[in-house]
Amino acid sequence: MASQRAATFEGPGPDAVYYENLKQGKFRIQHCNACGKNFFYPRPLCVHCGSPDWAWIDASGAGTVYSTSVVRQRPEDGPDYNIALIDLAEGPRMMSRVVDIPATEVKIGMKVQAHIGELEKQTLVLFRPAGR
Amino acid sequence: MAHPLRGAVAVVGFGLTPFGELPGRTHLEIMGEAIHNALADAGIDKNQVDGIFGSNFNDPLGAILYPEYFGLKNIKVMDSTNIGGSSFNNAMQDAAAALHLGLCDVALIAYGSNTRTATRRAGPGFGRSFDAPYRPRQPINSYALAASRHMHQYGTTKEQLAHVAVSARQWAQKNPRAFMREPLTVEECLKARMVVDPFGVRDCCLVTDGGAAMVVVRADRAKDFAKKPVYLLGVGAATTHNDISQMPDLTVTAVAQAAPRAYAMAGITVKDVDVIEVYDAFTINTILFLEDFGFCKKGEGGPFVAAGNIAPGGAHPLNTNGGGLSCVHPGMYGMFLMVEAVEQLRGAAGERQIEGAEIALCNGNGGYLSSQITLVFGTEATL
Ligand SMILES: [Zn+2]
Repeated sequence: MASQRAATFEGPGPDAVYYENLKQGKFRIQHCNACGKNFFYPRPLCVHCGSPDWAWIDASGAGTVYSTSVVRQRPEDGPDYNIALIDLAEGPRMMSRVVDIPATEVKIGMKVQAHIGELEKQTLVLFRPAGR
Repeated sequence: MAHPLRGAVAVVGFGLTPFGELPGRTHLEIMGEAIHNALADAGIDKNQVDGIFGSNFNDPLGAILYPEYFGLKNIKVMDSTNIGGSSFNNAMQDAAAALHLGLCDVALIAYGSNTRTATRRAGPGFGRSFDAPYRPRQPINSYALAASRHMHQYGTTKEQLAHVAVSARQWAQKNPRAFMREPLTVEECLKARMVVDPFGVRDCCLVTDGGAAMVVVRADRAKDFAKKPVYLLGVGAATTHNDISQMPDLTVTAVAQAAPRAYAMAGITVKDVDVIEVYDAFTINTILFLEDFGFCKKGEGGPFVAAGNIAPGGAHPLNTNGGGLSCVHPGMYGMFLMVEAVEQLRGAAGERQIEGAEIALCNGNGGYLSSQITLVFGTEATL
């Protein structure tokens, strides 16, 4: 058995802390002190090296579209919308939506910037084209 | 005579979390602490673990979630069979068998639970997918993202995707059991209603009823049965992710890992394959799998299918029953592709029979391109 309980196993877990940070307007991801890499989504152990020795860092919000799609809807269900995979400047990839432009105009390689928004009453990280 | 598993495996480490109350933590976070301590106790790195055994009522796809969640990069055996409280005793047996047979070398059995302190409304996504809150239309959306990336990276076209659907339909026309047998053209595919760009409705599998079952016995008993036996020559399994956002490269599936293992076990190369049966939930699947199988180079799957290779009369007949796209797809298709392989190797596939078929290559797909199981079947002549 490991003789001492790692500090990151104490208290509310990274899942809860991530959403609490979002509610306070902060988009934060995890940085591993052991291997120096960043990771997302929130987890108790570094996905790269397995270490529990990590810290929260502010994400810059800068990202690049890795892939994109358009969910088509019947008019009565609402407008078509974008679903994209975003590579964050810090390394990790996440799913999100690129908003403020037509869903079909989102292109792979496009530079985007994160903001914290609402989707169906959930506080989530969304993206819009950089420089807008 | 001793049972072959007797003495075959040993427990070399264990880990615990504090007991009682661990408020504010998901069952996966609790599981993580236990895993960390067990790996430390055994003195091994997480990537030495190549068999994951664990289940939880919260995790219907636990055996692909845990490798993603904990970054276990070398998983070859996934088992989240859930039979209630004795699941983990059962998992020990499965692990022993898998270890004995060499399917994995280091099995990790793990469990975490927050049953006492879990709150009813813990917040969005709490302990669940970080993709789901964005409302992707799943499973189509994950595959559409893979197609989108493949098109961007390799110039794959919607016409080439359509050739997959048209080839499947041409096979279905030879199969009286197939659900959709009307003629289908590339143009019709391109004009079809869009569902999730870049996919139209003809890029997506059927939704049908249907069922299938198989009886499998030891090879030494195989000839006690009336029908011509079909032998499993090789198998390989691999997972790259659970949610699509965690797939390392959307253009390379876990088939790239699974197929070489299956070929090695069977002692074959792709040149030996007479017929191919894959899980074509969406048109991009077939292209990705052909590349990852090694029938063509990465990125060349589009031109490969457009050249007629997989259609009737082609050099690499694929989904000879019509596949999930045109034959049958009752939620999960994996059984049906094996049934077609067996029928081909029995020589009983009627108008769609591949003459002299001795070796069939199959691939089952699970989740969002997440888990891939490659199987090689052969006739008695291949033993
Ligand atoms: Zn690390």
